[in-house]
Amino acid sequence: MSLPCGTYNRSYARDMAIIRTRAQWGMAIAGIALLCCFPRFIPLAWLNVLNFTMITMIAVFGLSILTGYTGQINIGQSAFMGVGAYTSAVLATNFGLPFWVALPCAGIMAGVTGLIFGAPSLKVKGLYLALATLAAQFILHWVFMHWPYLGGHEGVSAPYPSIAGISLKTTGSYFYLLLGLTLLMGIFAKNIVRTRLGRAFIAIRDNDKAAEGMGINVYNYKLLAFFIGCFYAGIAGSLLAHYTGFANYDFYTLDDSVWMLGMLIVGGLGGIMGAVYGTLFIKLIEQAFLINAPRMGLSTVQGATLGTVLLGIVIVIFIIFEPRGLQHRWELFKASYRLWPFSY
Amino acid sequence: MVSEAKAKLKVEDVELRFGGVTALDDVSVDVKEGEILAIIGPNGAGKTCIINSITGYYRPQRGKIYYDGRQLIGQSTHKIIKLGISRTYQNIELFTGLTALENLMASRHPFFKSSVVSGAIYFGRAHREEIENRHIVEDIIDFLEIEAWRKKVVGALPYGLRKRVELGRALALEPNLLLLDEPMAGMNLEEKEDMARFILDVFEGQARKYPDTPILRDGVKTIMLIEHDMGVVMDIADRIMVLDFGHKIAEGTPKEIKANPEVVRAYLGEEA
Repeated sequence: MSLPCGTYNRSYARDMAIIRTRAQWGMAIAGIALLCCFPRFIPLAWLNVLNFTMITMIAVFGLSILTGYTGQINIGQSAFMGVGAYTSAVLATNFGLPFWVALPCAGIMAGVTGLIFGAPSLKVKGLYLALATLAAQFILHWVFMHWPYLGGHEGVSAPYPSIAGISLKTTGSYFYLLLGLTLLMGIFAKNIVRTRLGRAFIAIRDNDKAAEGMGINVYNYKLLAFFIGCFYAGIAGSLLAHYTGFANYDFYTLDDSVWMLGMLIVGGLGGIMGAVYGTLFIKLIEQAFLINAPRMGLSTVQGATLGTVLLGIVIVIFIIFEPRGLQHRWELFKASYRLWPFSY
Repeated sequence: MVSEAKAKLKVEDVELRFGGVTALDDVSVDVKEGEILAIIGPNGAGKTCIINSITGYYRPQRGKIYYDGRQLIGQSTHKIIKLGISRTYQNIELFTGLTALENLMASRHPFFKSSVVSGAIYFGRAHREEIENRHIVEDIIDFLEIEAWRKKVVGALPYGLRKRVELGRALALEPNLLLLDEPMAGMNLEEKEDMARFILDVFEGQARKYPDTPILRDGVKTIMLIEHDMGVVMDIADRIMVLDFGHKIAEGTPKEIKANPEVVRAYLGEEA
């Protein structure tokens, strides 16, 4: 990728850095500051949408590592979110543990569940493994519904988290929690994929035979990818449960899993920023239809259906015209505006 | 000459079968420290099978393979690689989605010690290790003269360069034994000359130019090379083994091989 005009890397550390110039630092800080002001001037309905978007984004980060980087298709990401949600709700409600303990536990529980369903990856690859994760989706969903301990149709209630005595009950306060965690999880994901682990994952995706020949224990690293990917799902699930106030299987259906794959494809497989663009793009279009349905003279259900149909078309268009996703488009745009008006 | 040196790699009576096909039949060969051993033979003779057996991709039914006195058959590939053996592949097997630089960095994998968590935080050790390994990889890139392509995705590179990146990736593992599977296949004369120069330079070590990078400074003292180009083989190999239909039919110095009637028969066919 080309650097901004007149910028040169004089050390390897600088060459590897994500944020290279003062201007970039400035933009990053300004961007975060702007995001922090959102609760002040964004309508509540849209703030709520942003909250759901950020939760989904965390799960899509995980999916990006597992499917985008390691090449193990996972059609059960939302079920793993469910594992996190139920774990966190049960720990908080039945055992009275604080949110800050339940959150990582939810991630670990989902990660371990991911290990179990990722175990066949030693023998099966590609579509066959995808079927194993599809089985995970159905089995886990069935368990959420039918295991009496998990409350059946009502699910398990999850209390609002609180920091230092301040309960995060409002949409605005939860926004800050989610913003912080999404940034953190995003940075972690980016760091994972640009260091040894990410290279091992990509090596496995691109050529598992040669990866083995470079001293990478392919099976262990596939399992590790499953753990990390599902850990992210678990964290997202826990956040969703504590946001909505309960863990309920209705939020963790096959539909959601497939949508997450769709977001990854629209954003661009094999890029952490791709997960950000893809999730934002799909969630915002979806919600735009939902929220504006009355204005267009449609019922909410009609709006949602129309949105889904249009999104389906959008995904097909992306696969045909820009299989590398929004991320790639953005990179191309950046490369050109950095050099503009010169050709190189 | 090299006959006194101890054998780095001992292949003993290896038999490899695929169903009814015997790919290797009682093949034995030693590779001594400080020599380049070339394996030649017609297509399908079992040359690549030897390298695949050494690196654990194939499991021979019978026989033993010792590296530094350690039995290799039955061990998994990633463990064998960590013993100090690295290889290239006949049909380039690069990580196509990574850049040339990242391909070499990926192959430094066994040298990283930092944990997943410190990698995620990217602070302290993880960061330091990235830079240390980057220095070594950059020296290898410099040595192979692929600086201009270091940030290009290898899937898009031309064939000759991909072969070079693959040699670099094998070197980044800092092997003591290098197995090269047709490094010059499909190249033009200039590319072949370049590759032959790289192989000889690696074999000799480049202490003057790269005093800080052990793999280039000390070189790789033991190389096994599969190659079809007789000119190259005769010029750079210390010893040659000839395979034909899974059998070893000759072993010796280039001079001896040239004069061996068995070899001539295998290559040119029997006189009517």
